Amino acid sequence: MALDKPGEDYEGRTSYTHVGTRVDRPDGLDKVTGRAKFGADAHAPGMLHGAIVRSPHAHAKILKIDTSKAEALAGVKAVVTRADFATGLEGEEWNVLENVMASDTALYDGHALAAIAATSSLIARDAVKLVEVEYELLPHVTDVDEAMKPDAPVIRAGQQSKLVPEGMHPNVVNYYEGGHGDMDAGFAEADLVIERHFTTEAAHQGYIEPHAALATLGADGKGELWCCTQGHFIVQKTCAALVGIDTSQLRVTASEIGGGFGGKTTVFLEPLALALSRKSNRPVKMVMSRSEILRATGPTSSASMDIKIGMTKDGRITAGKGVFRLQGGAFPDAPAGMAAECSFAPYNLNAVSIEGYEVMANRPKQAAYRAPGSPMAAFAVESVVDELCKALELDPIETRLKNASREGTKAAYGPTWDRIGLVECLEAAQAHPHMQAPLRESEGRGVAAGFWFNHGGETSVSLALSEDGTAQISVGTPDIGGSRASMALMAAEILGIEYENIRVTVADTATLGYNDVSHGSRVTYASGLATINAAKDAVGKLCDRAAQRWGIDPEAVIWEDGCAKPAGPNAGQFDPMPLKEITQRMGRTGGPISGHFEATPEGAGVSFGVHIVDAHVDRETGKTSIDRYTVIQDAGKAVHPTYVEGQFQGGAAQGIGWALNEEYVYGEDGRLQNTVFLDYRIPVASDLPMIDTVIVEVPNPGHPFGVRGVGETGICPPLAAIANAVSGAVGVRMTSLPMSPPKILKALKEQ
Amino acid sequence: MKYHQPSSFADASAIAAGASGVTRYLAGGTDVLVQLRADLVTPDDLIDVKKIDGVHDIVRNSDDSWTIGVAVTGAEMSEHPALCQDWPGVVEAMDLIGSTQVQGRATLVGNLCNGSPAADSVPAMVAADISVTVIGPKGERTIKVEDMPTGPGRTVLEKGDIVTAVHVPSRGDNAGDAYLRFIPRTEMDIAVVGCAVNLRLDGDTITEARVSLGAVAPTVLLVQEAADAIIGTTLDDKALEALSKAAEAACNPINDKRGTIEFRVEVAGVLAKRAAKIAYARAKGKAV
Ligand SMILES: Cc1cc2nc3c(=O)[nH]c(=O)nc-3n(C[C@H](O)[C@H](O)[C@H](O)COP(=O)(O)OP(=O)(O)OC[C@H]3O[C@@H](n4cnc5c(N)ncnc54)[C@H](O)[C@@H]3O)c2cc1C
Repeated sequence: MALDKPGEDYEGRTSYTHVGTRVDRPDGLDKVTGRAKFGADAHAPGMLHGAIVRSPHAHAKILKIDTSKAEALAGVKAVVTRADFATGLEGEEWNVLENVMASDTALYDGHALAAIAATSSLIARDAVKLVEVEYELLPHVTDVDEAMKPDAPVIRAGQQSKLVPEGMHPNVVNYYEGGHGDMDAGFAEADLVIERHFTTEAAHQGYIEPHAALATLGADGKGELWCCTQGHFIVQKTCAALVGIDTSQLRVTASEIGGGFGGKTTVFLEPLALALSRKSNRPVKMVMSRSEILRATGPTSSASMDIKIGMTKDGRITAGKGVFRLQGGAFPDAPAGMAAECSFAPYNLNAVSIEGYEVMANRPKQAAYRAPGSPMAAFAVESVVDELCKALELDPIETRLKNASREGTKAAYGPTWDRIGLVECLEAAQAHPHMQAPLRESEGRGVAAGFWFNHGGETSVSLALSEDGTAQISVGTPDIGGSRASMALMAAEILGIEYENIRVTVADTATLGYNDVSHGSRVTYASGLATINAAKDAVGKLCDRAAQRWGIDPEAVIWEDGCAKPAGPNAGQFDPMPLKEITQRMGRTGGPISGHFEATPEGAGVSFGVHIVDAHVDRETGKTSIDRYTVIQDAGKAVHPTYVEGQFQGGAAQGIGWALNEEYVYGEDGRLQNTVFLDYRIPVASDLPMIDTVIVEVPNPGHPFGVRGVGETGICPPLAAIANAVSGAVGVRMTSLPMSPPKILKALKEQ
Repeated sequence: MKYHQPSSFADASAIAAGASGVTRYLAGGTDVLVQLRADLVTPDDLIDVKKIDGVHDIVRNSDDSWTIGVAVTGAEMSEHPALCQDWPGVVEAMDLIGSTQVQGRATLVGNLCNGSPAADSVPAMVAADISVTVIGPKGERTIKVEDMPTGPGRTVLEKGDIVTAVHVPSRGDNAGDAYLRFIPRTEMDIAVVGCAVNLRLDGDTITEARVSLGAVAPTVLLVQEAADAIIGTTLDDKALEALSKAAEAACNPINDKRGTIEFRVEVAGVLAKRAAKIAYARAKGKAV
């Protein structure tokens, strides 16, 4: 099937039997009764418990690690350091290894230096305290702008890509550039040009379930790993490389997952548990504490951005320029390029210029967090658009409609849009009662649009029919947002059997072909497309069996309402043959019937959203409360609307945290100050209003049912929408996140 | 670690006095167990106070004063209508601590003896003029709450000392108290500033007042100047402004992850005004 040409796959159905219904979730009972097995629920007879020795310094040469006292402690069975891992790795694999186990330098507060396995976790933790490390302290830098200054300490020399403009500090490791049109002419055409500087702090994905892994690895190089992850195939590949075994010799099983949001798309504990198991010859279990999670797993980047936009009096954007500097920890790959690419995506511009800088600092390696790069870019661009609208007395939605990207618009980063749903989202926002509701004193209303690419990725699905007419589906993408329900709904639609008669399992790495991580909002799209095609593959075989039985040509059989039927009167007169009738005989008529599909689909279909927020600010304390919130987003086709709404609300909730109070607070010493949820302030339930949702459905040409991913776009507009609301409430433009009470009060006083 | 479950304060005190390493009493454990799990404090001796007679009781004495046992939880206080009626400020301060789960365990004495400058119930206890009784190797004594903390994590208690009860004065007529704290979220957070006001009226005029601030200095503050600013007034705008200024002037905070100096000072003044208004309304018999 040709999937490389997006746009060919949408079937254009006008009605569905199963897709679009709000069926019960298949994991519901397990989760409410506690039967569901999360990462830390794994247990093996004789298992040891691991703990990690971490650097208390932001930047230090490791002169010596003396583990002798720890090894002498009763109950300690193994200690590993970098020497116990593979050598000769390159590129991202080297970076991941360096992040999970330092070689010669501690690059951030919390950087792992050694790991210990003992008969109890208390003993392991006590042993950690007995490890003596000699350091030579090095100067450190944690702020992105500081890290780019000429006199900033060099974090790791030799990492700079050739794309980086000459003369930049070695901490600037990569550069991205894009855009089109004549910028000078564009700005000259404008009646008003506004240019502003914006900053955002790093925010953690804040998943409630801690990282956890249970590993066995024998001297024969065969291993088993159970862990919570968004992608066990990447865990398999990476861990095998890091401990130096063949990929296929390591079987990885993904547990239920208690949140990931991008942060569980890489490895942290897993290779350490494997190395400890190999050394101790026992299963080893490791679970992170919250403080380890905050200090040493990836938050998103912090950012420093400059935006300049010109607008005519009647609201036409004449030119837009954005510079995005993203700090990615002591490693390359901060999503600066993606920030730049997403920044002006909602706008149809004749002149646009975007630049991104990836910057290293003494912080943990950034990890993906829902639409990496896009939320901060939207914050900066949508703030300036809002300010222009205010200054020119223009309606914010009308103005966005006037400039909106639509089918045929050329994006700043190159592509020309296929069918997209931004205009429909803006129109839905305009018509929403929220826009007409009166505001109370000290309350502001903010509007913002947001964009995310969405992704396809390597995908493989198997579907097996059982003799009783039910089906089981094996997918390789951990269910992080309701995908088991969605896969079953889509398969039910094709097979014509009931949703309840389908069980979807996240298969381990030994039972299915490679699958990319559950990221990029790709699962309902790509695993969904693969599920539909696997079901069609099975349907083809079902039709073959019916044809065999009827003694007619397979082409003369069609599949309808769960039955094989003769294609027309010429094909012959036969009663419809239900699926169950065929599967009951399948052993005798040619063997088991399964459907398969493998591909790297590329028609993911981008997605846009528009958020409306009412925020109230207590002018005496600077405290913001979010009074009303509406999310409007294009889902292409909502396979399970309740899950889609949940994704919209989740994105908004996390955006509220990032906008108002979440931040990484580093001390002068470069140590993270707020390493528990008491001080790393994600919103609690009572901080949030009911978040209203509107699902817009503009079908994605690249999916049989028109599905677009919905997992990430929901976090793109909130930072901007909330900043616009708060700026309206206080009468001062807020350009730095989080908009914590001290910052707002200060801005009010300086007014 | 040794776990003890004494049945009397004398035994508890003796165990503590005889211990050689790190010693902690276990009331609700919402500080002790958290510190243990986080590897911050690993006690050698853990002395559970919950099996001692009377520690779970809230008693109204014949003179209308109150005696609250050292293991009485926040939830038990909130569920005691007469105590809520008399001392709404003290009860609401305790009630702000943590979540429903934490409320089922946390105690006033634990909050006080943990020694955090941001402890929520402590300013309310100071404003209410509450004291505790202590026994120890030197015998029994009564200590006013405002004299207990000596710095972050430190109190006047010495080795072998244990708090035996909390003593709350009788409420008397035409009086009210209130506690407010500032946190950036709505719950599950640590006070960036806390302020308690306790006052008595004669008609519309304030005749007695105590104003206390938390989280703005190394220890809880009893701010006489702030009380003086409203005594003799009807809490008019001028009095409120003077109260706010006095509260601000008393602050000696630090910059930290929870707030800046500038912010804490400013908000202390705001909370003082707001708490005073609530206490005033309560003294007038209004349900606020
Ligand atoms: C999730 C969470 C949220 C929290 N939120 C808040 C909050 O909002 N505001 C706030 O102020 N606190 C908060 N806390 C901290 C804690 O709950 C309070 O300080 C609580 O009041 C402690 O009481 P406890 O009975 O649990 O004390 P414990 O942990 O049992 O003891 C605390 C200290 O008091 C000492 N102690 C206990 N009893 C005696 C005694 N009889 N004599 C002498 N010393 C004694 C112990 O040795 C120990 O040092 C929170 C804690 C958690 C876990």
